[in-house]
Amino acid sequence: MKRILLFTFVFISSFTLYSQDNPIEIHGNFELNMQSYRVDSTIGANEPTPERVLNNAYLNLLITKGKFTAGLRYESYLNALKDYDPQYKGNGIPHRYATYTSDGLEVTVGNYYEQFGSGIILRTYEDKGLGVDNSLDGIRLKMSPINGIYLKGLIGKSRTYFNYSEGIIRGADAEFNINESLNLTSETSYIFGGSFVSRFQKDNNPAFNLPENVAAMSARLNIMHGGFNYFGEFSQKINDPIGSFSFDENNYANGKSIVNNLTYSQKGLGITFESHFVDHMEFRSERAKEKEYIINYIPTLSKNHTYTLLALYPCATQPEGEAGFNTNIFYKIAKNTLLGGKYGTKLNLNFARTNSIEGGTSYLNDSTSHTSRPLKSIFIKDETLYFSDFNLEINKKINKKVNLNLVLAKQNYNKDVLEGKTIGEYGIISSTIAVAEVSYKIKKGHTIRLELQELLSKDDETAEKHADGDWHMILAEYTISPNWFFTIQDMYNYGNYYEEKQLHYVNTSIGFVKGANRFEIGYGKKRAGIFCVGGVCKEVPSSNGFSLNISSSF
Amino acid sequence: MKKTMKKNLILSVITLLLFSVTSFAQKRSLPNVTVKNLKGKQVNIQSVENDGKPIVISFWATWCKPCKKELNTIAEVYEDWQDETGVKLIAVSIDDSRSLSKVKPYVNASGWEYEILLDTNKELSRALGVTSVPHTFLLDGKGNIVWEHRGYIDGDEDELLEKIELLSK
Repeated sequence: MKRILLFTFVFISSFTLYSQDNPIEIHGNFELNMQSYRVDSTIGANEPTPERVLNNAYLNLLITKGKFTAGLRYESYLNALKDYDPQYKGNGIPHRYATYTSDGLEVTVGNYYEQFGSGIILRTYEDKGLGVDNSLDGIRLKMSPINGIYLKGLIGKSRTYFNYSEGIIRGADAEFNINESLNLTSETSYIFGGSFVSRFQKDNNPAFNLPENVAAMSARLNIMHGGFNYFGEFSQKINDPIGSFSFDENNYANGKSIVNNLTYSQKGLGITFESHFVDHMEFRSERAKEKEYIINYIPTLSKNHTYTLLALYPCATQPEGEAGFNTNIFYKIAKNTLLGGKYGTKLNLNFARTNSIEGGTSYLNDSTSHTSRPLKSIFIKDETLYFSDFNLEINKKINKKVNLNLVLAKQNYNKDVLEGKTIGEYGIISSTIAVAEVSYKIKKGHTIRLELQELLSKDDETAEKHADGDWHMILAEYTISPNWFFTIQDMYNYGNYYEEKQLHYVNTSIGFVKGANRFEIGYGKKRAGIFCVGGVCKEVPSSNGFSLNISSSF
Repeated sequence: MKKTMKKNLILSVITLLLFSVTSFAQKRSLPNVTVKNLKGKQVNIQSVENDGKPIVISFWATWCKPCKKELNTIAEVYEDWQDETGVKLIAVSIDDSRSLSKVKPYVNASGWEYEILLDTNKELSRALGVTSVPHTFLLDGKGNIVWEHRGYIDGDEDELLEKIELLSK
């Protein structure tokens, strides 16, 4: 396969057709993340790194000619950064593909990323920050036979590091945009969709008679009317025993999920309400229980914070069972009013909460069964709280030079559940967080920005262990547009129960940006913690050292 | 396995070299990728146009502070920019299904007049080498990418305006 694609590359490159209507174009981007590691027992970075310096790098190369595109990604892990899975090791071209469109049919062979609906039964994607890349390698077809009808079909195996998992994934998705199809101009518009994904994996378990073909399916509906937008998706997973290695663990209950999102907006005002019920919906590219084999995506119901202390205790979806909601109000107080001032004031009020589902994940084996009910899980009575976040953000431009951003938040974080600890170890950590950010424009192109953050947290009194306690954080940044930035920050865990853990984590970085190229050099200590992107999280070990990041595209 | 990898590497390096020799006078156009607009309609990015005037394509997300700062700053002067240069700004959101439903409420609440496109699983981002947001592209009147910039720091909008003005002269 690789050879064929490379052959295609070389073949096309030998035609030097630059004078045609559709000349060949070659583009790409390059990314390098290097980090040095020093032993620093004060922050728990105890294990020496024999290589001293670790490096991840990627080069994407794309060649297009008209409706034809071929691409590859060279990946280099020498050796992989410490927060990456060590199975990313060595160099290679684990991603390569070719695709073309002809009379409305799009054909892709090789590696591809695909998402059906909201991704709840199938999403393959890459996130370099998290080290996630579960692209499918195989064939994908997309076509639109008539206006407003979109069909997709695929077959492939899911990438895991430099290999592929055992299961063969087959899937199909159809979307029907009624207004587009019938050329309706009515104020209300409807989009229906449905998808089906199945996995084949040989039954290699001597103790059980396992189903070799398992499936998930979903139906979705999107209705838009004026400022209103409703999205709903119902999914089911059947026949999929997970972790079938012992009688206790063998659970062949059906999985299901219900998603309901309703939003309203008009000029100056936006309101969102999202909710979901998820029960036994982890869908894997093979039966084995390692996290990296997941091929579906269940969005987390909480605000995706970017300020460090607001994201210190981040929510993560529990695909095996949770119910929750997330609601937002965006409001802009008009210009030239008492509260709005000269430029207007922006408010964002957010409340999110997730909890366990009634009686826990649905369960079915030869001797016991339990089916949890969505409605009971939503009207919370005795369910376990997983996460809640109530916060208000105010953004105000004071004058031409000064911009102010304030956030106040109250969060509850079930550390045991969200980080997979033993129940009762840390319990639920409650914290109150305040953030103030001010930026001041000194002169044309020169800006200084300050962030002050404070987190006050209370340990769970019933828990065995102490969590980290209170934190200060201060950040100062000086930027010179369009090329330079300088940042220094200090996180200080002054309220830690253990005196020897009351540490400063100081980081500094210098960056240079020129058009499509960006360089950043940093030095400092990073705390061990949970790092999340879009609700998918990974554990990051503590570290102390230099870092170098380069991004470039052409 | 290792040997084929090495072979592959050598082959791709040769390919690269071949290309760099043969493809001088390289232009850069938009890729053949379909995204959605806020009405759920599929839009091929190659079909965007602005009557021969420049187009700015800015990648952003509802959770990205510098992105929102950039687009809010430009929103304040957008009318002036349009009057002066005829430029059109297309804001491509890379919000995935976690924050997708917040895009339209956020855009409306902020009073943005931009055309909004949704790149939910980052197909367009990958095709254009966008690895982090914000990432801004400037297209000339023929739809060719003539300039790009990674990140946003206060004042970067002035450089963007200069580049737009050069095009609309």
